[in-house]
Amino acid sequence: MTNEINEIKAIEVTDLTVAYQEKPVLWDIDLDVPPGVLLAIVGPNGAGKTTLIKAILGLVRPAAGRVLIYDKPYPLQRRIVGYVPQRGSVDWDFPTNVLDVVMMGRYGSLGWFRRPGKAERELAMNALEKVGMQAYADRQISQLSGGQQQRVFLARALVQDATVYLMDEPFQGVDATTERAIVALLQELRAKGKTVVVVHHALQTVTDYFDWVMLLNIRRIASGPVEEMFTPDNLRQTYGGRVAFMKN
Amino acid sequence: MSQLIAIVVAVACALPGVFLVLRRMTLMSDAISHAILPGIVLAFFLTESLSSPLLILAAAGTGVLTVVLVELLQRTKLVKEDAAMGLTFPALFSIGVILISRFAGNVHLDMDAVLLGELAYAHLNRLEMFGIDLGPVSLYVMGTILVLNLVFILLFYKELKLATFDASLAASLGFAPALIHYGLMTLVSITTVGAFDAVGSILVVALIAGPPATAYLITDSLARMLILSAILGSLNAVSGYWLAHLFDVSIAGAIATTTLLMFGITFLVVPRRGVIAIARRRHRQKLEFAQTMLVIHLLNHEGLPEAEQESQVSHLQEHLRWEPPFAAQIVRYALENRCVSQKNGQLALTERGRGIAREALVH
Repeated sequence: MTNEINEIKAIEVTDLTVAYQEKPVLWDIDLDVPPGVLLAIVGPNGAGKTTLIKAILGLVRPAAGRVLIYDKPYPLQRRIVGYVPQRGSVDWDFPTNVLDVVMMGRYGSLGWFRRPGKAERELAMNALEKVGMQAYADRQISQLSGGQQQRVFLARALVQDATVYLMDEPFQGVDATTERAIVALLQELRAKGKTVVVVHHALQTVTDYFDWVMLLNIRRIASGPVEEMFTPDNLRQTYGGRVAFMKN
Repeated sequence: MSQLIAIVVAVACALPGVFLVLRRMTLMSDAISHAILPGIVLAFFLTESLSSPLLILAAAGTGVLTVVLVELLQRTKLVKEDAAMGLTFPALFSIGVILISRFAGNVHLDMDAVLLGELAYAHLNRLEMFGIDLGPVSLYVMGTILVLNLVFILLFYKELKLATFDASLAASLGFAPALIHYGLMTLVSITTVGAFDAVGSILVVALIAGPPATAYLITDSLARMLILSAILGSLNAVSGYWLAHLFDVSIAGAIATTTLLMFGITFLVVPRRGVIAIARRRHRQKLEFAQTMLVIHLLNHEGLPEAEQESQVSHLQEHLRWEPPFAAQIVRYALENRCVSQKNGQLALTERGRGIAREALVH
């Protein structure tokens, strides 16, 4: 407990290796994320970005290494971590409506057996308002557009009222308006001192949207403040010269 | 009395069936219903009774074993899920068949009973205590299973919903989706073996998949889907029962038939997603699209020298390459909608038609 406040890491990944049947998808990853940053994880397809998020959340078992959230293992910190999975990971034909999906974000705090009630409903409505979807509360989820689905997922993470957010490609297949709305929301979260980690695809927006970046391709190429680490050299190492992107 | 047993069986099957349908696992119930045979046979050898609770426990164990084996095979990535199922359950089922044919040739446990069950005789096996007749054993067995299913779903409704909709969020929130998964599979196994006696191992799948698949077409809410499945299951059971009486056929067969009829009718007529509703919507969209093409065509040539020729009704087939009957149908449709007006065989845009054309061109 001699750590100074500013030395506590929101996320601390040490020597993390994840393998699927002896084939490594992440090799010996080290990552320190200080509190209150908006971090983009970038890298080519198959770089292990989603796997890293899942490993932090304990959804895949690492072959080696460990992950700490505010100095404790994930199972002790579930309540302060919010997760936004890829939109395509669920069946949007499931018989339920928008409000109900958002309330699922409260299930963690409710724990086993307890049912969501009026308080959860109110929190969910507030979160829907924040993402501009309150008019859609009763809408069947199969009737949503891609951007609306993403907003619903964000609202669901917001009601978790977490300290650390992990988001898997929240900009995937959303229109420009939704993208701007999501970015504003992420920056608002950071302004409140929350830590937000985002798997990101579009290299051209990294500098505009994020203040920290991690370049990943099975192993960690670099991580740190965008202005220091988001360099052509690091990008070349990450994408193996296949990147046609110039930093202006 | 058979009727009451049929209703209880149908509802007990429909409830866990809802989650199987939503998890795309209905075929797993088929696999389970066959694979539990060796469990039943072995327990039967031990107890020499078809109504012992041990039978149900052994069957449930074998059912879960089936699920585990299928998942293990699948996890090797050498076999896909459907093939894994197709390999696992016949393997277990055949062990059961061999055991019966080798050791149980003379006992009541015959193949017909296993495959088809017989509701008509289900009430003959009575539960007696202190010399008092308390009713058919199978009613008690299925009643208990129904209550078990109800309690499980009521207690874990929220957890089942989350784990079914988004298993990775469930896991990240600490809700152990694997535990819920196996809990559900245990229930399915227990339900299947309970229903076994009444409807046999083949038709039980109809009771598990039919009502939920029907309810899924009708409602958009999980809670309503559960209630509706139970109601539909009961309706099917009662109507199947009377159908069997009317035509003097197997009750189980008749119930499965009404179950699938109910699905078929719903599939056709349900509003919005039914086959008929979809066909109607397609037809209307086709007409609307053609109408838009027509008004855009008219707008493009409006006020130009060639307009007179382009807007001739008789020339539409030539310009738009439409078959004459189709062209006539679209003109009639557009006239009905007051998008165009007709004078001396010439079409002219109305204000409304012009609006539609302009709007279509902007988007």
